[in-house]
Amino acid sequence: MIATKPGASIKGGEFLIQDIPADSVFIPEEFGEEQRMVAATCEEFLNREVLPRMKELDEAKSYEPIVGLLNKAGELGLLATSIPEEYGGFGMNFNTSMLVTDKIGASGGFAVALSAHTGIGTLPILYYGNEEQKAKYLPKLATGEWKAAYCLTEPDSGSDANSGKTKAVLSADGKHYVLNGQKMWITNGGFADIYIVFAKIDNDKNLTAFIVERDFGGITMNEPEHKLGIKSSDTRQIFFNDCQVPVENLLYQREGGFKIAVNILNIGRIKLSAACIGGAKAVAAQAIQYAKERKQFGTAIASFGAIQHKIAEMAVKLFASESATYRAGQNIDDAIQALIAEGMPESEAKLKGVEQFAIECAILKVHGSEVLDYVVDEGVQIYGGMGYSADAPMERAYRDSRINRIFEGTNEINRLLTVDMILKRAMKGQLDILGPAMAVSKEIMSIPDFGAEEEEGLFIKEKKVIKNLKKAVLMTAGAAVQKFMMAFDKEQEIIMNLADMLIEVYAAESALLRVEKLIGIKGENAVAVQKEAALVYLHEAVEKVAWAGRQAITSFAEGDEQNVMLLGLKRFTKIDPYNLKEARRRIAHAALEAGGYPF
Amino acid sequence: MKILVCISVVPDTTAKISFTDGDTKFNKAGVQFIAGPYDDYALSRAVELKEQSGGTVTVLNVGDADAEPIIRKALAVGADDAIRVNAEPTDAYFVAEQIAAIARQENYDLILMGRESIDFNGGQVHGIVGELLGIASFSPVMKLDIDGTTARFAREIEGGKESLEASLPLVLGCQEPIAEWKIPNMRGIMTARTKPLKVVEPVGHDSLTQVTQFELPPAKGAVKMIPAEDAGQLITLLRTEAKVL
Ligand SMILES: Cc1cc2nc3c(=O)[nH]c(=O)nc-3n(C[C@H](O)[C@H](O)[C@H](O)COP(=O)(O)OP(=O)(O)OC[C@H]3O[C@@H](n4cnc5c(N)ncnc54)[C@H](O)[C@@H]3O)c2cc1C
Repeated sequence: MIATKPGASIKGGEFLIQDIPADSVFIPEEFGEEQRMVAATCEEFLNREVLPRMKELDEAKSYEPIVGLLNKAGELGLLATSIPEEYGGFGMNFNTSMLVTDKIGASGGFAVALSAHTGIGTLPILYYGNEEQKAKYLPKLATGEWKAAYCLTEPDSGSDANSGKTKAVLSADGKHYVLNGQKMWITNGGFADIYIVFAKIDNDKNLTAFIVERDFGGITMNEPEHKLGIKSSDTRQIFFNDCQVPVENLLYQREGGFKIAVNILNIGRIKLSAACIGGAKAVAAQAIQYAKERKQFGTAIASFGAIQHKIAEMAVKLFASESATYRAGQNIDDAIQALIAEGMPESEAKLKGVEQFAIECAILKVHGSEVLDYVVDEGVQIYGGMGYSADAPMERAYRDSRINRIFEGTNEINRLLTVDMILKRAMKGQLDILGPAMAVSKEIMSIPDFGAEEEEGLFIKEKKVIKNLKKAVLMTAGAAVQKFMMAFDKEQEIIMNLADMLIEVYAAESALLRVEKLIGIKGENAVAVQKEAALVYLHEAVEKVAWAGRQAITSFAEGDEQNVMLLGLKRFTKIDPYNLKEARRRIAHAALEAGGYPF
Repeated sequence: MKILVCISVVPDTTAKISFTDGDTKFNKAGVQFIAGPYDDYALSRAVELKEQSGGTVTVLNVGDADAEPIIRKALAVGADDAIRVNAEPTDAYFVAEQIAAIARQENYDLILMGRESIDFNGGQVHGIVGELLGIASFSPVMKLDIDGTTARFAREIEGGKESLEASLPLVLGCQEPIAEWKIPNMRGIMTARTKPLKVVEPVGHDSLTQVTQFELPPAKGAVKMIPAEDAGQLITLLRTEAKVL
């Protein structure tokens, strides 16, 4: 039922129904010299200019320090990596811009300010602007001479983004749209020169986007919000009172705003995952260092198994997140190249390429932000009382992390979207999950094939486990959809279970594929610890899939049907026992030896 | 103006140091290498001088192919081209001979390098190069301006600072704050790949010195705190435990 397909032609969501060959996935070890140099510049910039000032930035009463740092990042070209050369940028590919996001991710509020500018602030113009708009705005945004903000959220319109009340009315002379309304939670709001504002023209059902210059007038704002974390980023309510926007500043098309918002968010989601990787690596390194230095009961706390467990788990989760994020990043790059080869204009190809992998983007957003939250939480724990002190770095990291589960679509919204997009694509015939789901439902009615031939080869058993986990998802999703039909979307708890299963499958598979590819390049001995990490992750994923599957099945199936499905689930979540304690100890030792994330 | 900047490739300052071959060779396994930080300052000043008054900056490294990413980083910072002398940099004389051989062909107005490399910290190469070329050399130079064919520069000396003037050509060993620290920007990185990196074979002698043995300093012991009121105990401990008095 699960066919093998070469990587370049893999479509978004197809991981659920395909066997993915290891040589088709990109792994971060494959970044080239130039990309490493770009990464090194980011690290050097952070180490010299930003990280030594984190406490000062967190406590700053003005946005001046952040603006100063954005200007410095602009001088280095870090605001222009995704912008094509003809607009003053460097036209780097998608995965390189992900690498930049990853490296900058360690800088909390500064990272948020930077990515609000380069991402949601700049990309709407880059991807949806007409020639004049791009020529006028992109060069200034590329250098950071002008800073950008993105105004979608309103007091009464958050997750339900298309419900905004901000209005745009054409002036009597037809030269301006007059904007009125209130926006909330606007990152970079206080100092931006350009605002991408979403509003409804007259009584339109859907949003329209506008490029609004600060100097158009009619813009006022509140003081910065008092936030839990990322305090150095400037977040405000913005009011538009008869703000006069020239008609030529309408972006894309009337009622095209929601589409812009959705597509730009896809990019934001996968990049958020990259940023979380960078953040988590920095926190893990600090926690590991502290564990080596802090002595209790006459020995470094790093020697305690309980602490080693935490260190290993940090590394394992990060390894999976990193593997999945850059794998999807490359899928997007490949899709973009394929579309360009078919003759699609570059900016459209970029959007479509990302859109094809919108399912993976949502999965990664949730996974990345939850890995970071795990890492900061255990980071605080490793620091003990000092973890609770505002004079040590963990307290700030803990606060800074939390926003990632909220913005770019809350993790609930992204879980809903993950499942919803898969079903929609199935319904449209773009993703053939029906056939494989039917095959699985037949399989669980048949007698298990105990005498299956023992195949030989690297990770044969583990790949079978992955294949079975996919079957567990297909079985559960198929039955649930059949049961509830049109009312399925009212069963959010089940959808959350299914999303959790999908997320775990994607992450576990990515980690395993990375190690398989690495073994092919470096040999098994050189990557023994990476192998342990992939195996630990796989075992944990199996437990989570089994748990979520059981939650789902027992909530909608009864009697014989329930029994058959639970037996099927058991069959699909079987894995040979493995000494995870020893595996985690080996990973922890590698991390302690390396003084940080060891991979 | 033609400037040559010589860069050494050295272990990162956080690298764990160990030896192989019966403690006669530095163990490179698992070590991250960087350009010598003093050399980086020399390069940064060269790039600044070029930006102010034109000219060319060539970087030179004596080392094997593993050094090339570090050489390209120097190109990304702003050098125009690079030369790698394909040889292990075994000692100061050998390296200086390679630099001098290239300098003889190219007539540089300025040859800049760090005051010393941070691996073996010999601090001799600039002096030997000056001697081999028959031109003046100074180190450590902390400030440098060029006015036509005259260099005005400041040098750190015992307990003070010395301001000097000399005619080009010159060899200078540099240190901070001679220039602003430069991080390669995106444009530099993108253009580095198009800049020429020439590989040449070494000339002259093998090294004049041979290492018979390296030794690590003894590991740091635990710190003992002595309460202020027992200060007298310090003398006893320095005599009996630390055995330094
Ligand atoms: C620091 C910060 C910076 C931000 N920056 C920007 C910015 O630059 N530009 C911008 O436009 N916005 C920005 N936002 C807004 C952010 O995107 C929203 O806060 C987010 O989308 C959630 O909307 P909300 O706050 O209205 O929460 P709500 O939508 O009210 O959600 C509350 C809770 O209900 C859940 N929920 C909502 N709908 C559903 C549903 N259908 N099913 C199940 N659960 C649901 C949510 O998951 C959440 O747990 C920022 C927010 C913060 C805090």
